[in-house]
Amino acid sequence: MTFSISSYNESQQGDTPVPTIVIRPPKKWVPINFSELWNYRELLYFFVWRDVKIRYKQTALGFAWAIIQPLFLMVVFTLFFGGLAKIPSEGIPYPLFSFAALIPWTLFAEGLTRSTTSMVSNANIMTKVYFPRLIMPISGILSPLVDFAIAFVILILMMVYFGFVPTIAIVILPAFILLAIMTSLAVGLWLSALNVKYRDFQYTIPFLIQLWLFASPVVYPSTLLPAQFRILYGLNPMAGVIEGFRWALLGTNPPEAMILVSVGVVILLLIGGLFYFKRMEQYFADVV
Amino acid sequence: MSDDIVIRVKGLGKKYTIGGPQEKYHTIRDAIVNSVKAPFRRLTQQGTDQSRNEFWALKDVSFDVHKGEVIGIIGRNGAGKSTLLKILSRITTPTEGEVDIFGRVGSLLEVGTGFHPELTGRENIFLSGSILGMRKREIERKFDEIVKFSEIEKFIDTPVKRYSSGMYVRLAFAVAAHLEPEILLIDEVLAVGDAAFQKKCLGKMGDVAKEGRTVLFVSHNMGAITQICKRGIFLNSGNLLDIGEINAVVNKYILNSTLNSGQYWSTTEDPNKPLQVLEIYVIDANGKKSSLFDISDTIKIVIKHRCTKELIGAVVLVSIFSKGTELIHTFDSDAHADRLVKRQPGVYIDEIELPKRLFKAGIISISTTTAFIHKSTTIETNNDVISVLIDEIQEDTSFKGYAAIRSGLLSITPKWTNLNLNQI
Repeated sequence: MTFSISSYNESQQGDTPVPTIVIRPPKKWVPINFSELWNYRELLYFFVWRDVKIRYKQTALGFAWAIIQPLFLMVVFTLFFGGLAKIPSEGIPYPLFSFAALIPWTLFAEGLTRSTTSMVSNANIMTKVYFPRLIMPISGILSPLVDFAIAFVILILMMVYFGFVPTIAIVILPAFILLAIMTSLAVGLWLSALNVKYRDFQYTIPFLIQLWLFASPVVYPSTLLPAQFRILYGLNPMAGVIEGFRWALLGTNPPEAMILVSVGVVILLLIGGLFYFKRMEQYFADVV
Repeated sequence: MSDDIVIRVKGLGKKYTIGGPQEKYHTIRDAIVNSVKAPFRRLTQQGTDQSRNEFWALKDVSFDVHKGEVIGIIGRNGAGKSTLLKILSRITTPTEGEVDIFGRVGSLLEVGTGFHPELTGRENIFLSGSILGMRKREIERKFDEIVKFSEIEKFIDTPVKRYSSGMYVRLAFAVAAHLEPEILLIDEVLAVGDAAFQKKCLGKMGDVAKEGRTVLFVSHNMGAITQICKRGIFLNSGNLLDIGEINAVVNKYILNSTLNSGQYWSTTEDPNKPLQVLEIYVIDANGKKSSLFDISDTIKIVIKHRCTKELIGAVVLVSIFSKGTELIHTFDSDAHADRLVKRQPGVYIDEIELPKRLFKAGIISISTTTAFIHKSTTIETNNDVISVLIDEIQEDTSFKGYAAIRSGLLSITPKWTNLNLNQI
């Protein structure tokens, strides 16, 4: 379904005009219309803008909440995992070690949570107006970027405090951020599409995120695993993201082969998720 | 001819399954239980009676819309009007059939789409405008106009959750009214707001229609529809019953929806009602029951009513409506004053003779009420129990002032006497 404007009164020599909008019964495989998504970029901006604006409305602490959660987690982790359990942190002070992981982790977790519930919480708009439904989960993964940016500043301050200077690898940092976003999008596409029909999925999210946190190298380094398992560990894309993040900023060991597995998993999940989402999109308004 | 078709609908159908998997929020547990039950279900039922669970909201609907047409879509509740608009708006997909649209579509299916209560009026104008399909630049350009139309300049920076419902509706409509797509689909949005505001909205919609935009308008307000639209589509239970000139389609709709189209209506005696109308029918000059008359025919209404005891100040009221306006409001005691003073018990059969050439062509519907005038209490009301179609059958009214297509409610031709003529 293309959205470009065609001038329908311009038929020359018996040319049948091409319709701008074609509506047909649902199909099994629906191609993604990228030009249509591009046309709706302003709407995507407004959805993200709205989510950011209302998140901290009428709160006393406002955007401070963006850093309170990872900060408190870091304190608790440092006390119990770093202090009591004495988990190694690759030569980096434990607070910095865990905080550097918590920032991209929170970006992923928030993005996943918001995109999964994006369709259901916007049901009232979805049943009244047309726009490519992909906009909804995409807006879900983009709005936590603002929180991420604020927390990142705190991270830089912490690095200064502990006397860490980033290596040249910092130029690859955006790639790891992108990987984190793509992971939350890939999983979010599946979960948000499934959640429209089976509301179970929004309840699995808090549970899933808790499990996933401990399955990722946030409180412990991936070097804790024996070398032959480390590549398998890359099946968890967040493992690649977090290790890469720490490497780019703090100079720990680079993730190597693990990252390739992570990228592969994300690409597969993303493509599958896009196709599943586009197919289910045809039924959303009826089922939501 | 086919050059300027903007919407082409062919064989459109939409099926919903009710009481089935789509009905309630589906949980995985339900899905698992359903699939376990499935083989057993087939054993306990004779075949799969899917037909009981299927509901066709639309079936085999086909029509074309040309550029610049303003079309009213009418029908009872549940006829499929909103479903049709939803499919044309791409919110839901059809089960069968095809639609081709040539041009940009803007849909107004509710007032305040996208409004968020925490955001201010200003912020919501941008959010809602963008959701409806306007570009940011477009919204900025029209911002002042929108605020002016909504009449809430003072509160534009207050969160919308603090607005009264009237303010909310005014702002929401102001945004929607400035949508400028080539094709506009509107679903009963004018059903909200006070009378003054509704008048303003109607005016704006009339302007939009005159600008040459193609408009599809769903409404129950026959007055608004006949005022704004030129063509009409009548949907009933998912089927397209009629399409054509708006007044003809509206007449068909009214005829279809009144309890008894023409001829005869009766009810059982109710001992609780001291004064009750029992039968009504309409006859022509020859005494024959009819529901179709020419504008020059005599129309007689026969009404049978029963009074159970001596009543003081009771009346039988007969009202005759045309296009939603009450043209005649008459008490039986207007002609028989003694009935008002003291009405004797008994069964009365009255005949009301309507003058010839009173009504214009169209449908008139008859309602009755019995009441105590002194106490202003109503005993019973029967609304729209009989309708009668009056048509220009015998006469060619093309050049007559009382032709149906011209304005005016009555076809009375008063006596024109020429008092003077000065030849030049």
